[in-house]
Amino acid sequence: MKVPLSWLREFAAIPADITIEALEEAFVAVGFEVEGVELQGYDLTGPLVVGKVLSAVLVEGQKKPIRYVGVDCGEAEVRYVICGASNFEAGDRVVVSLPGAVLPGGFEIAARQTYGHTSNGMICSAKELGISEDHAGIIVLNEGNPGDDALKLLEVKDAIFDVAVNPDRGYALSIRGLAREIAASLDVAYTDPASLVNTSAFEINDKGTQVTIEDPTAASVIYIRSIADFDPAATTPLWMSRRIEKCGMRSISLAVDITNYVMLELGQPLHAFDASKIDGALHIRRANQESTFVTLDGQERKLSPDNLVVADDEHALALAGTMGGLDSEVTDQTTEIAIEAARFDPITIAKNSRYHRLTSEASRRLERATDPALASISSARAVELMVALGGAKYVGTATAGSLTEPTVIEFDPQFPAKLLGIPLGDVIVQSKLEIVGCTIDSSTPLWKVSAPTWRSDLLTPTDLVEEVARLVGLNEIEGTLPIGKASTTLSPLQYRKRHVAHALATRGFSEVYNYPFVSPEMVSILGFVGARAASFTIANPMSEQAPLLRTHLLPGLLDTAKRNLSRGAKDVAIFEIGTVFRDVVKLAHVPQIGTDSRPSEDEISAIYASVPAQPLFVGAVVAGSLDRDGWWGSGRSYEWSDAVNDALSIIEESGNHASIIQSDLAPWHPGRCAELQVNGKAVAHAGELHPRVLEALGLPPRTCAFAVILSELDFPGQKAAPKINTMPAATQDVSLIVDAGTPAAEVERALISGAGDLLETITLFDRYENLGEGKVSLAFTLVFRAPDRTLTAEEVSGYRQSAVAMATSSCGAVARA
Amino acid sequence: MTSPHLSADGVEAAKLAALEAISTAPDLEALKEVKINHVGDKSPVAKFSQELGSLDASARAEFGKIVGQAKSAIATAFEARSKVLEAQRDERVLIEERVDVSIPARRTPAGGLHPLTILTNEICDLFLGMGYRVAEGPELEAEWLNFDALNIPADHPARTMQDTFFIEPLDSHLVLRTHTSPVQVRTMLQEEPPIYVICPGRTYRADELDATHTPVFSQVEGLVIDKGITMADLKGTLDHFARSIFGPDVKTRLRSSFFPFTEPSAEVDFFFNGRWIEWGGCGMVNPKVLRAAGIDPDVYSGFAFGMGLERTLMVRHGITDMHDIVEGDIRFAQGFGTGGR
Repeated sequence: MKVPLSWLREFAAIPADITIEALEEAFVAVGFEVEGVELQGYDLTGPLVVGKVLSAVLVEGQKKPIRYVGVDCGEAEVRYVICGASNFEAGDRVVVSLPGAVLPGGFEIAARQTYGHTSNGMICSAKELGISEDHAGIIVLNEGNPGDDALKLLEVKDAIFDVAVNPDRGYALSIRGLAREIAASLDVAYTDPASLVNTSAFEINDKGTQVTIEDPTAASVIYIRSIADFDPAATTPLWMSRRIEKCGMRSISLAVDITNYVMLELGQPLHAFDASKIDGALHIRRANQESTFVTLDGQERKLSPDNLVVADDEHALALAGTMGGLDSEVTDQTTEIAIEAARFDPITIAKNSRYHRLTSEASRRLERATDPALASISSARAVELMVALGGAKYVGTATAGSLTEPTVIEFDPQFPAKLLGIPLGDVIVQSKLEIVGCTIDSSTPLWKVSAPTWRSDLLTPTDLVEEVARLVGLNEIEGTLPIGKASTTLSPLQYRKRHVAHALATRGFSEVYNYPFVSPEMVSILGFVGARAASFTIANPMSEQAPLLRTHLLPGLLDTAKRNLSRGAKDVAIFEIGTVFRDVVKLAHVPQIGTDSRPSEDEISAIYASVPAQPLFVGAVVAGSLDRDGWWGSGRSYEWSDAVNDALSIIEESGNHASIIQSDLAPWHPGRCAELQVNGKAVAHAGELHPRVLEALGLPPRTCAFAVILSELDFPGQKAAPKINTMPAATQDVSLIVDAGTPAAEVERALISGAGDLLETITLFDRYENLGEGKVSLAFTLVFRAPDRTLTAEEVSGYRQSAVAMATSSCGAVARA
Repeated sequence: MTSPHLSADGVEAAKLAALEAISTAPDLEALKEVKINHVGDKSPVAKFSQELGSLDASARAEFGKIVGQAKSAIATAFEARSKVLEAQRDERVLIEERVDVSIPARRTPAGGLHPLTILTNEICDLFLGMGYRVAEGPELEAEWLNFDALNIPADHPARTMQDTFFIEPLDSHLVLRTHTSPVQVRTMLQEEPPIYVICPGRTYRADELDATHTPVFSQVEGLVIDKGITMADLKGTLDHFARSIFGPDVKTRLRSSFFPFTEPSAEVDFFFNGRWIEWGGCGMVNPKVLRAAGIDPDVYSGFAFGMGLERTLMVRHGITDMHDIVEGDIRFAQGFGTGGR
């Protein structure tokens, strides 16, 4: 909320010599952030006076309408100035800066020759005075006498604080509330403006517009005060319009300005109805059968049956607490006015406002809860002003509902000290709570604290601690460091995540974090089907093009690879570790669950069952070289087997053993995709990507990718130490001819199973294709070692033969001569 | 070769000849020849040695000594000369094998961790050392855990469409979590106090990507629930946290604020490079939140805090544009390497 210092001073005894910085700090100290300070008139010096225009003569021969103006500035002689504005006539009162004045921006006013005349000053616009952006014309005043000090009349010099008000502090959206806070923070005297209003002058009677509350859950108390004989021609005095403008609102008409002024001053939104348009009494009710309503901005709005309206006997007249209706608004003909002030239920107003996407100064305050005592006080204040400024006559007051009894909080005065961790005596606690407005019965060990009417947010002892804390000052707290009692290790999955990231980074991969938002086009290009096509849809996505949640890491990685290439990168190796979302299991529907106590175990299970499992993946995309060309010779590209190897390493490092199965999963190349299985479960895919996918995405040919489901890998626990055997090893080479379609991994498995327990390692060292007849040759080195002796040549040869025999029987392999 | 007669002069002559040959051998090759002729089994001194056996005991003792001394002198000189010549050879070879070590090495192109990972690890390690557990939870989360249980009722502004990503159909009551606080709720539902957890993770709010905002961001939250936990404990923990992340001289301050899940609530700022910077929110866990999780607020109290990791990174590393953090340009992660200092 924007608050002018001049208005705050009316109710808070702020020292005259205080600096702007000190005031800012004072707001911040009690929990109100100052988002900005606008200084008006700080770089302006007079003389600046009211002038009455006597004559205005057009200067001939100019392109613009320049006039030579005679002004009575309360001096012996008529003052003549040149003026380019045309929004005034002889008889109007204007603001004249006299020679010697300095306007904002260091603009010095002096008598000068211009347009063939001597201009002896300047008639000013609001913008030239730095008090508004309005530069459409010069200021035309409706009060003041020639020669009056215009600086004083316009209250030009002021500091306007833009104070952020937290949502639990509706009372502070007012001069009343913020003056209380700044007075508390500076420890100076405060006068509650509400206490200055004499409500007893306006007795409740059956005259004027009457009122009923038909839905007591929607409003606890309402006052309707009626006036008559209001002068529609009466204008808003400068002091009032300037204050309204300083608070960031516009001055509209006296009747409307009074309601806004009272709202700004006290915090209670008011609505002024043209009473002659009210048919019967006013009623606070739900819209029910009424379907449409035209608000005063001229918009027709569709009503929901539970919208709250203020209606007369026939029709809705206002969207309660949000915006008035076009038909009953105060016009320049209005003489009879019904002023409404109500304490509405905040949630009802919030719903009204949200349903119609309509936020107003009124709804902002009402949805943060207003002081119910203000319904009477603020409407009385408005009547006072209508009588004083608009010549109106008080008619009568109707009311419905009542003030609720304040909550009494049982409060241990030592509780603030306990929760805050600082020593606080009862005296300090009591004084701080009294500053807030609480009344305290401290005659018992447990105090009985009643919150003031404007603090409906104060309901529990902790709420009171917060008040004490902010008024004592949070920075009075000296820190202490508690040490936890948890077992201080990462979980196995957390360790795994860290390890995989480090391993890939040291192998040349760069880590990225992609948004998990995916377009249906990408899903279709990648050829995802089944679980990978079963995505969740965001109801309100950032981009309508990408409303889906990722089911795989590849969409983001491929986009990011493309971005890097388009920025000139030649070799791109990126990886991401992140969760994916798959809508494959029907989720439990969550019942309505309260928050007053712990939910039942069934309810907790139901909540957990309503959330899908979100597996953790690592994915990578590589385009370009593994090893670049250089002075050492040529390098080599990253290829499908590197992808398989990287995926395999991740699995093996996790303590699991994978078998490699030929796969054709999209979007990989159907002939160059490996599925890696652990215990028969697919946990990874790796290889080269499909050429058509690469073309569609504009990625280079032979780009490779792999993805491993980290959360699907078992946690085998601590690794057993390998036995280090120091006996000599015996090496045997085996060369086998097999059908080209036989996977090498299968041949290797057969050799292993045939070779016996003393086989230590097996390595494929050659694959030769040019044999014709669809045959290939695979050459392996087998290393044997016994734990207790040197193996004899006969023994080793026997193992080799039995390994070959197994490969022959299970893969049709023929030993090469 | 006819053997010279064993005499003191003969031994002395053989010794001098050997020493001369050794000292003048120009290289190891020549020294090998010298060894055959003057040191080995067929050298004159070796032969004198063999002849000793045919002498009577007294002569053997006399000549044995002379021959022994000669052999020893020759062997010593030979060893010394060998060392000199080997050193000369080594020096020559090493000079020949000299390379330009400044030439770019043949190596795997550099990779790197994203700084969010580095920072997350750093924070987790800090709090692990203080007896906290690292707790994580799902990003697609139940509304009840993201909002209701945190005292953010259905009509709270934070739940409006502008801030939260909702999942279709709306009655699935799933949202992309707007903070990592649902992990705190899950922890409170699953564990008995004392609870000391740190919760890092990805979070979502419907903000347009610009230089300082991103709809997908990262938070770290801390939650402590124990007997007698005070706001002083919160302040001390934040001080320690800030000093660990930003340096030993960093100060923090608390400013009173509002969050539905804490009471009292505060914003925490830190003073860095000459100015106060907003870091995050914090406060004492609202008793309503404790009650919703079945923890008795009369027995336990607690504190919670939460910060944005992107903002922390931007301040600490002088990152001026959020795009660099989210776009995955490999140069960005490469600049941070694998987290070494």
